[in-house]
This record gives sequence, C-alpha cells and structure tokens, in this order.
Amino acid sequence: MNIIVCIKQVPNTTNVQIDHETGRLKREGVESIINPFDEYAIEEGVRIKEKACGKVTVITMGPPQAEAILREAVAKGADEGVLVSDRAFVGADTLATSYALSTAIKSLGSFDIVICGKQASDGDTAQVGPGIAEMLDIPHVAYVKKVESTDDKTIKVERMMEDGYDLIESSLPVLLTVVKEINNPRVPSLKGKMAAKKAVIKILDAAAIGADTRKTGLNGSPTQVMKIFTPPQRTGGEKFTGESNEVAAALVKRLSDLNLI
Amino acid sequence: MANSIKVLNDKCVGCGQCAGACPFGAISMIERSEHPKKFKLAVIDLNKCTYCRTCVEKCKFNAIDLTKDASQAGVDKSEYKGVWVYAQQRHGEIAGVVYELLNEGKRLAKQLGTTLSAVLIGDNIKSKAQDLINRGADKVYICDDPIFIEFQDDPYTSILTQIIKKEKPEIILIGATNIGRSFASRVAARIHTGLTADCTSLEIDPETRNLQQTRPAFGGNIMATILTPGHRPQMSTVRHKVFKEAKVEEGRKGEIVDCKIEVDTLVNRTKFLGFIKDSSSNINIGDADIIVSGGRGIGKAEGFELLEELAELLDGAVGASRAAVDSEWIPYSHQIGQTGKTVVPKVYIACGISGQIQHTVGMNSSDIIIAINKDASCPMMQTATYALEGDLYEIIPNIIKEIKSVRCN
Repeated sequence: MNIIVCIKQVPNTTNVQIDHETGRLKREGVESIINPFDEYAIEEGVRIKEKACGKVTVITMGPPQAEAILREAVAKGADEGVLVSDRAFVGADTLATSYALSTAIKSLGSFDIVICGKQASDGDTAQVGPGIAEMLDIPHVAYVKKVESTDDKTIKVERMMEDGYDLIESSLPVLLTVVKEINNPRVPSLKGKMAAKKAVIKILDAAAIGADTRKTGLNGSPTQVMKIFTPPQRTGGEKFTGESNEVAAALVKRLSDLNLI
Repeated sequence: MANSIKVLNDKCVGCGQCAGACPFGAISMIERSEHPKKFKLAVIDLNKCTYCRTCVEKCKFNAIDLTKDASQAGVDKSEYKGVWVYAQQRHGEIAGVVYELLNEGKRLAKQLGTTLSAVLIGDNIKSKAQDLINRGADKVYICDDPIFIEFQDDPYTSILTQIIKKEKPEIILIGATNIGRSFASRVAARIHTGLTADCTSLEIDPETRNLQQTRPAFGGNIMATILTPGHRPQMSTVRHKVFKEAKVEEGRKGEIVDCKIEVDTLVNRTKFLGFIKDSSSNINIGDADIIVSGGRGIGKAEGFELLEELAELLDGAVGASRAAVDSEWIPYSHQIGQTGKTVVPKVYIACGISGQIQHTVGMNSSDIIIAINKDASCPMMQTATYALEGDLYEIIPNIIKEIKSVRCN
C-alpha cells in the first residue's frame, strides 16, 4: 500500500497576538508548524501502513525551510519526505497548488491512497484536497472521520456531514481529506526522532516534476488577491457586575428590549 | 509579462510602515550606511511576496513599484452570462443557505442586468423547483435521476460541469457546506476556473463585471478581496447565515428546464452505503440563531445539562470549546473554533470560555456575544457585547428564572 500524505507549513497561530495599535498580527517570533489538520492525515497514513504494510510519503509545497515539517512527519512515522519547491510555485492559489502537488505526486510513481487534512489553518479553503484528486483523475471523499476498512482494491470510510455521517465505499486509488475526530496523533518516538534526523528529504523543482510553469504559481492562478485589510476589531461592550440575580436580570432586560427573548 | 515588485531606493525613507503592514511577513528593513541620512531600506523577499499591494497602499512615499501581469490567459468573458445558485438538497430538503444565496444572487444579477438561475440536482426533486422560483430564481435547471439520490462527488461534479460548459454562467454561488466545499473545488478544477472559499461579502465592479469576493483568512484576523479577472465562471462558496434569506413570493413565474441526463457520461467511482443520523443534537449548531457554549470553566460534564436547559429555553443549540471537548464533557460535533466548526449566530453565549484565538476564530462574527466568566480580564469578557462577571452556576439559573418570568408576563 503506497500512501501519500500532503501537508502544509503554516504560521503557528496558537500564540498569535494582535498589535492593538496597528490591528495586525504580530509576526515576530511566530514559529512555523505543520498545519494542525495535517497531523491527523499523517497519523491516519501511518496507521493504514501499520495494518496493511507499505510506505508513507509526506509531500509539501513551499519554501526551502518547509523541509522542517517533513522531518517532523518522519519523526511521527512517515517513511519519506518530498519537498516541492521552486520560485515558479510562489503565489499559487488553490488551483495552481493542486496542479503542482498532483504533478509532483504523479512523478513519484504509483500510489493507492492520498491523504490531506480537511483544510489549512491559514487559508481555511479546504479546496486543495479535492483539487488534487480531480487533477489526478481519482475519486475523493472529504471530511472523513473514520476509515472502516481497506483491501487492495477498495476502502470504506465514514464521511462527516452536518446532520450525521455517510458511509462511503470508494475504489482505489482515492484521495481522502480527514477531520480531527479520525484519530489521536502520536507523539514522536525516540526512534522516530532519530529517523527524522537521518532522513534524506527529496527536493523537487518544477523541472524535476515536469510541471508546465504556465500552470504554476501566479501564472497558473485564476484568482488574484486584489487587496488585504484588517477587519474592525471587536471592542468591549457593556459590563455587568454584582449579585448574580441582578446581573441575570439586567441581561435578560437587554435581550428582551432587543426582542431576542 | 510576469508580476514585478521593487523598492525604489531613492524614495524609501526606511520608515518600516510597509514591513509592519505586509500580511505575509515578506518585507524586512536593512541598514544602509551609505545613505546621507542613514535611512534604512525596505527589502522584499520574493519567495514570500504575493503581490497583494498592501505595502504599496501603505507607503506614503510612493517608494514601492508594483506591476501586475494583466495578460493572463483566460476565456472570452463576453460568452458568459447570468448568475447561478447551486440549490443544494440533502435527503430531499433544500439547504437553508440556498435561500440566502438566491437573495444575494438576485442583487448581483440585477446589478449586472442579467438573470438568476438555480441548479437543482437530486432524485425525485422536481416539486422543489417552484419553491426556488418563489424565492427569486428566474430559471431552474433540474437534474433529476436516481443516480443523484445521495450526494457523491463524482456524479455531482460531472453533471454540474456539463451544464456549466453548455450554459456558460458568469457567476456561480455555492453554499460552503460539507457538500458544497467538497465538490465545488472539483468542479472548478475541471473547468479550470477560480473558486473563492467562504466569502462574506460579494460586490460587482461595474466596469469589468468582475466579482469582488471578500473572505476572512488567518482565522479571520485578516480579510482578503479576491478576483477571478480572466476566467469564467467566477465561483464562490458562501457560509450559512452570512446573507439574509430571500422572501417568498407565492406563485412567482419562472422557467423550469429539465436537463437531459446521460447516465453513462457520469463516471462514479464511489458507492453510497448508508447514512447514520447524529442523535446527540436536535439542532445543528450551524443553523442555530442562538448558541449557548461552554468551555473549561464549566468544570464537569454535568455542567452541560445546565447549558442545554438554557439553550432549549431559547430555542438554541449547545456549543463547546476545544477544552470542554478534550475533557470529554461533550462530543466533538459541538466543538466551535479552529479545529471545530465556524458559527455565525445572532447571539453567542460563552460560558466559562476565556476566548483564546483558536476558539474566537470560530465565533467572532456572531451579532451579539455574551460572556459569563469569573475572570473579568480574560479576552472573551473584554470583547463581548455583554460581559457578566461572576459564577456561571449562579448566573445561568438566574437567567433561566428571569426569562421564564419575563415570558409569563
């Protein structure tokens, strides 16, 4: 079973603070991490491999320093890391990103399952996973909360929906995007950390994967950012203090004045 | 011609405004000792720059020169006419977001001087067409076939792509539901056009007819306005409750187009085996107008019974922060925030939630935020519309009592 896990390096927003004077994110000292949703993708890939045998390859598109998250994924049980990096990929929207990653995946040879996190925590689009599946011409199932079973031709998964979940069977190869509920990612073992140190990360540029640079980066992006601005910050409102019955009564009065009760 | 950006050395005074404004951290300030006044110089890292123009607008000295590539290979835009709404149905019911999209779609269509159409895909759903016309659709394309009884990405992508290619709309709006977000990306990739996720505002540029799609990024800390200048259709997904629902106009006239389905052209590589309903909640938190949400300060699983009582009284739903879910006081399906759901209710009542950014990104667009917390200095209390300081186990029962007595009178 050849498993490919697509991951992304994102700014760690856990400790992000807003500069109250400028209203912007303070970026100084903000470290880069594996997109939180991708942690579940890596773990699920490793779990499927442990059951069915095979290999987990993690792949990311990004600047040279994105190599760090590939090593981290190796520490968590992945076998190989591939960094797709080229000046020609910069500024890619979701379509151009899907193109670059799908082209890179094709260049790696045959595969059975591609796994992505349901979305990245910086862009929040959830569009690249299904986009890759389309360009690889394979089926996909998004929002997977459980892999029920796999054999060498099919996979059965639970797809999380707003009102419950759907049980879906797909032929292989397939692409899955996974949600948090699917597993509890492991902490890297000592052996994993050693492997991560020694791992040779393959670095592929546009030419190496045979990408058409008219379809990558800004050139290949149908969408363009026209402008970026900071939304008005919420400022504090009314404070209620005192005995709990008074506080409660004051609030209920406000709400009933607003016809909310 | 490619995009280019450069700092004009003779104009840059080294004030650093651009570096502070850059959302991508692509600008750094370097020393330049050769300058007569020892001004610093802004340097742009082209590996990080996305040519978003933020720095250009911020610079008071016109010291940054940006040229965008306008010659992108695209399509003949004049062939594309009309605004479409994907009328998502699940288990035969039209999704609430569809009526909101019809309202917004109508407004855009009017501005463009064109018509509004809805696309309805399902099995045995013809009876829903008039409903969509009553809500403002001038035309309804129906794709009715047993193959569409349950949502599967392959056949839904194929059929929607087929009719887009045939009819050529200029704008398609799709609900940012699990279904919409799953197959819209596939459709956009197959047609090779732009798709913008989770838009919160849509405007038309009258000159170019381009749709200006504004959306939050970085968990709502910044907003970006996105264009699809050279490709058509322009596709956007929109979250539930961002726009107002279209009013019903009984007996409105509209055209119903029964699309011919050639089943053998619809590849399907997945099988639908069943649906298991979530029985833990009657109300989907994404649909609720009022959400009563609990965090670490609830302290125990039983505490959520109190929140449920309040939610039920207000006809609302119960949400939770990650801390409460991780403590196993309530299932994951209730989690709001970065690794959970994003909600936009009219009223969000945060009980014992301190307001870490991972939680607030999922709820800070709510109309009214009520915080109940012992700690008046926590971020949630500082930013809430109404901040109630005190023990939630004393305040909430009093709120319940008070609401009951107000209603009796």
